[in-house]
Amino acid sequence: MSAFWSDPNVQMVVLGVMLLGAGAGVTGVFTFVRKRALVGDAIAHSVLPGVCLAFLISGQKHPLWLLIGAVATGWLSLLTMDYITRNSKIKADAAIGVVLSVFFGLGILLLTAIQASGSGHQAGLDKFLFGKAASLTRQDVLVFGAAAGLILSVSALFFRAFSTMSFDREFAMSAGLPVKTLEFILATITVLAVATGIQAVGVVLMAALLITPAAAARFWTNNLVKMTLLAAIFGMVSGLFGAWISYQAPAMPTGPWIVILLTLIALFSVLAAPERGILARWQLQRNNAHKMLTENILKTFFQMEELHGKQLFSWEAILQKGHFREQELKKGLGQLRRRGLLAAPDVNGLWRLSSEGETESRRVVRLHRLWELYLSHKLGMAADHVHDSAEAMEHLLTPDMEKRLLEELEYPALDPHDSKIPYDHQPNGK
Amino acid sequence: MSTAIETHNLTVSYHRKPVLWDIDFELPEGQLIGIIGPNGSGKTTLLKSIMGLIPPAGGYVKIFDQPLDEVRSRISYVPQRESVDWDFPVSVRDVVLMGRYRPGRLLRRLSAEDHAIAMESLRKTGMEEFAGRQISQLSGGQQQRVFIARALAQQADLYLMDEPFAGVDAASEQAILQLLADMKSEGKTVVMVHHDLQTVRQYFNWIVLLNTRLIACGPVESVLTEDNLRKAYGGQLTILSNVAHLAQQRDFPMREQAKKQKP
Repeated sequence: MSAFWSDPNVQMVVLGVMLLGAGAGVTGVFTFVRKRALVGDAIAHSVLPGVCLAFLISGQKHPLWLLIGAVATGWLSLLTMDYITRNSKIKADAAIGVVLSVFFGLGILLLTAIQASGSGHQAGLDKFLFGKAASLTRQDVLVFGAAAGLILSVSALFFRAFSTMSFDREFAMSAGLPVKTLEFILATITVLAVATGIQAVGVVLMAALLITPAAAARFWTNNLVKMTLLAAIFGMVSGLFGAWISYQAPAMPTGPWIVILLTLIALFSVLAAPERGILARWQLQRNNAHKMLTENILKTFFQMEELHGKQLFSWEAILQKGHFREQELKKGLGQLRRRGLLAAPDVNGLWRLSSEGETESRRVVRLHRLWELYLSHKLGMAADHVHDSAEAMEHLLTPDMEKRLLEELEYPALDPHDSKIPYDHQPNGK
Repeated sequence: MSTAIETHNLTVSYHRKPVLWDIDFELPEGQLIGIIGPNGSGKTTLLKSIMGLIPPAGGYVKIFDQPLDEVRSRISYVPQRESVDWDFPVSVRDVVLMGRYRPGRLLRRLSAEDHAIAMESLRKTGMEEFAGRQISQLSGGQQQRVFIARALAQQADLYLMDEPFAGVDAASEQAILQLLADMKSEGKTVVMVHHDLQTVRQYFNWIVLLNTRLIACGPVESVLTEDNLRKAYGGQLTILSNVAHLAQQRDFPMREQAKKQKP
């Protein structure tokens, strides 16, 4: 473990792989917000024939040659997809599928041919399928690191332009921004990010390194700058992890491990992110359920007092009047007690609301009856059809909406069923 | 009155299907101008081809008596609200600031002035308090006002708006109407695609009535005649739409020579 951090050669590799991860993460953000994830996948698969051709032509494994080859066929795949969608009846999704499989098939064909030819260098090329960070040479790291540096600085320089264009292409064109040029630049750094990223994760899983950081980052923020920084960090962390795995267990394919870590980050984001995450949504729904339950109990107290006058009520009476389940009512009463809306039960175990609780119960019933009145007066709904909607809306309406309802209905005295609408202070003259 | 927009024999196809035939009109400066016509009559296409977003199959457009590229900084375009993804991770302020990017200053940092102009545009549309809000949290009417604020931030003289009243709440409609009145009094020209015939007289003082060909163009009273409306809304011209369909099927160009007429 310690050698992993102290060996200068390893440091080189780690730095290189982290740069690759950051470059892919950053360009992936734009691929993601422009909804072009599948295009990224197609480009990734399409760089393989380029790598093989570069090797066949140059006869060597110099990283610069391989990079040029990769960028060339990556770009060609983009142009082909574009050409097919513009000039035929084939839609974009089918064009992506066609290009991906044809280019990748060609790449596998060339790779097999190279391996069968028994040329001395062949062993290295198959690492492009699944990636192998630890086998990066100093030369590799210099070339790919420089490419990643270029990707990051171009992204920073054109960030605003890219975001304006990604949000609303037609507006950007109408403002006279050089949209075609910008798209060309963005496509070029994306192809470059893919062509370098395959060093770490390989062709097959490259789309994951491009898209997953952005998809995970989207859960944590609504700000494109923060999202991009997060995606870069996710890319770097997983790159670091991949390099470490490669170092510890040279037989392990690097790419799948990087992708597994990225997937874990994404899963964690889907679960735990505030607002957008599943847990946050559950919490919200739980809070809603609590609110409904406690407010329904308050309402039950109000209705019983309306019927029987002010008195203390037994557990059974509340249970029966409000149609609660026992478990539920127990929990709800506990919550009302903690919030000070319910007075402590007397010696006989009978319950009454505190004065805050009474105010609150009036509010719930008032909202219920105001909403019924609103539906029947303003929407012309029959009086016997408005109850169900009001059952839900009484828990949702905000004080601001209540105020507007009151103004619009001119502080009414009775609801459509001629029940009194309860106010804290009787409004003047009504 | 000088001319804001002039189209000459403007013909536009969409995927080879002609949607506008020989549109010929002049629109005066300083007016609120409505483009009216039934669904599929080419209103949006007309706006987009004026803005240079769809190349014409024939004819030309001149703006302030010049080709579009000469005067682009004086024109502002408000696309249909549904044309973008409102879940895009940006705030209201970010969107309005996009109105401050112009060619040649793309890489420059936004100045304090840019920020001030953006905030002023938000104030004019009554959206100031929403500046920090993520755009997905806005109502339809608020989204529309953000789009208009972005256009205002461009500080143009001519505004092309695509259905800014579509799906908009009453408060936003009032805010936009008030803004349009202010813009008119400042001498701005607003050309707007609009589909609600009820409000046409109330909103506009100049009308382009369209149904794949120009029916009429002029002051509201002279255009909104029963005869013109019947021409525009009383069904398609069967032969015209058949020819359009044929042109699409045969992949046939709309002009014998593909070269563009120069203004």
